[in-house]
Amino acid sequence: MKRRDIIKGLITIPVLGPIFIAAVQKSQVLKSRQSIISGDFDQITVPKYDLQLTNKEKTIRLGVCGAGIRGKQLIHALGFPDPGWIDEMKINAGENQKDTRYEDYMSQQDLNVVINGICEVFDTRANEAVMAASNAKREGKSGAFGTSPKVYRSYKEMIGSPDIDAVIIATPDHHHVPMTIEAARNGKHVYCEKPLSWSIPETFAVRNEVRKSNIVFQLGHQGRHVDAYHVAKQIYDMNMLGKVSLVRTSTNRNSPDGAWIMEPPQEANMDTIDWKEFLGQAPWHEFDLKRFFMWKCFWDYSNGISANLFSHDFDAVNQIMRMGIPSSTVASGGIYFYKDGREIPDTTQLVFEFPDMNMTILHSATLSNSRQEGKVFMGHDATMYIDNGVKVIADQFSTRFSDNLKQGLIDSTEPFFSYSSGQKKTDAITSATNEYYQSRGLYYAYRNNRFIDVTNLHLAEWLNCIRDGGTPSCHIDLAFEDAITVLMASKSYKEGKTVFWDKEKEEVYT
Amino acid sequence: MGKNIYSAGITNYSTTQTIFLQLLRIVIGWHLLYEGLAKLFNPSWSSESYLMDSGGIFAGFFQSLASNPDVVNVVDLLNIWGLILIGSALIIGLLVRPVSIAGIGLLALYYLSHPPLLFHTYSMPAEGNYFIVDKNLVELVSLYIVYIFPTGFIAGLDRIIFRNKINKTD
Repeated sequence: MKRRDIIKGLITIPVLGPIFIAAVQKSQVLKSRQSIISGDFDQITVPKYDLQLTNKEKTIRLGVCGAGIRGKQLIHALGFPDPGWIDEMKINAGENQKDTRYEDYMSQQDLNVVINGICEVFDTRANEAVMAASNAKREGKSGAFGTSPKVYRSYKEMIGSPDIDAVIIATPDHHHVPMTIEAARNGKHVYCEKPLSWSIPETFAVRNEVRKSNIVFQLGHQGRHVDAYHVAKQIYDMNMLGKVSLVRTSTNRNSPDGAWIMEPPQEANMDTIDWKEFLGQAPWHEFDLKRFFMWKCFWDYSNGISANLFSHDFDAVNQIMRMGIPSSTVASGGIYFYKDGREIPDTTQLVFEFPDMNMTILHSATLSNSRQEGKVFMGHDATMYIDNGVKVIADQFSTRFSDNLKQGLIDSTEPFFSYSSGQKKTDAITSATNEYYQSRGLYYAYRNNRFIDVTNLHLAEWLNCIRDGGTPSCHIDLAFEDAITVLMASKSYKEGKTVFWDKEKEEVYT
Repeated sequence: MGKNIYSAGITNYSTTQTIFLQLLRIVIGWHLLYEGLAKLFNPSWSSESYLMDSGGIFAGFFQSLASNPDVVNVVDLLNIWGLILIGSALIIGLLVRPVSIAGIGLLALYYLSHPPLLFHTYSMPAEGNYFIVDKNLVELVSLYIVYIFPTGFIAGLDRIIFRNKINKTD
């Protein structure tokens, strides 16, 4: 072989050198970034369990109080879909392979429950709920339906019925406590939508009744099963953020649904709605379709943004930081956009002080702009940002990361940790490919390669505790903390005063 | 071009043509090799979310790959080592023709999994604006040029491996 052939044959091999050197150097930087974090993100775990029912032997017989929007969603999450929805999802899945909602729903575990009673004061909703509740086989309109539940107008009658073991409460807020107390006194387990209560005195009363009873109580904060919160709690507990003095949350919406505007259906009238049962213990008012369908906009039945929207954020932050009830609260806002006769403000700012933890929580909300701002935990060393996933960004003036920032191992403009639901493992390097999972939102948890409705997991946890004992993740004491906090805020708004909580005496005062 | 593929260029390419054809082969190799090494050295990299994000008529196929963790692991392995081996071979001029075809196959998979259609958007936004033609397609076509104008025998290991054939026609 000629010398020229050998030289020309091997001449391009040195090109490999810089590529390998660059790749190795990059991997070393990545490794040192990971090792900078003393706690090491590898320790962070994501729940893998599917909340499998531990004991499926016993069928639990349920009664559902309230079959409005949320009531129907809960019936759906229990495994009883509206047959029309099944037909629609089948068509969608046929047209778009990416639409796995039908498949995901059908693979949802069977909770082994029956719905024996529906308590609803509006006939149309009662009929729709009966249709779904008898669809145990999860079929379309042409499918075979099972036994229909009995429809009740009076919750007392349904709760007292011997064929009901447990009740799900998804009514307007002013019914939550009377229904929960009735159930506790009758030994019936309760899954109650948030908020626990409508007034401060009844919040104490319901806690006492539930504590006295042997029932399993779960508040409907399905966010307890959001993977991002589990990850965020571990990051907070590892003290990765440094001292957190301010947590900022917000709920912004910009649609008629989001502003709780609902047009009454044609058939809604005094004959099809049991107005007296709807009012319950609320002050008397003449029959009013607006009050019935837009009850969240009126103080007699609701506590507005604080109780309906901030409640979710409070529970999320309480999961992560366990701060409990604030020592004081100031609320302000107004009806600035929806001049439709509503009483509750459509724009609010709520400020909660926690001097024991040297911390403030600030919540702002508008019903006329949908900018998503996430939950921001502002620590001296880093900011943790939770939207659909979790991102941690070092603060440019952090003490802890000061050297690493100077060395360029951490960049204060980019997250040094990010996590999205469904990601294979937690990752100390942010990847653009996480975006796909982030788009799935906070309503689904990723289990066994499937997106599961977190409401289904929350109900499954409650049913497990009923069957085998134990305390659910959003038990009565946490429900109490949530309710007192949101009611302090609405009291502050209505009275225009700072509202205080005396921890020792367990007293709300102004 | 005669029957013997290694007979064409030596006599017909100008010096500038030869240099730039070799440069084209090397830069494509550089890109593929570094892409493969970067993935190899990043322990948390996985093709899963990329496959899930697939669009166009083959989306169902790519998403079905992502639905099974074992299949994803195989895809990850094939992708990483495919990139590294194809990239290295192009740079050192080893078996340039078959390797170019393998590279074209790999790039075709990237292209088909995320075809740049007019109104289809992906979760991972592109850094530029593309319609039908994107950088994957440009690289794929460029690699075809490398295939039909092979240069491994001019500067590369193919020169040593196929020296007998080259010498016969030189």
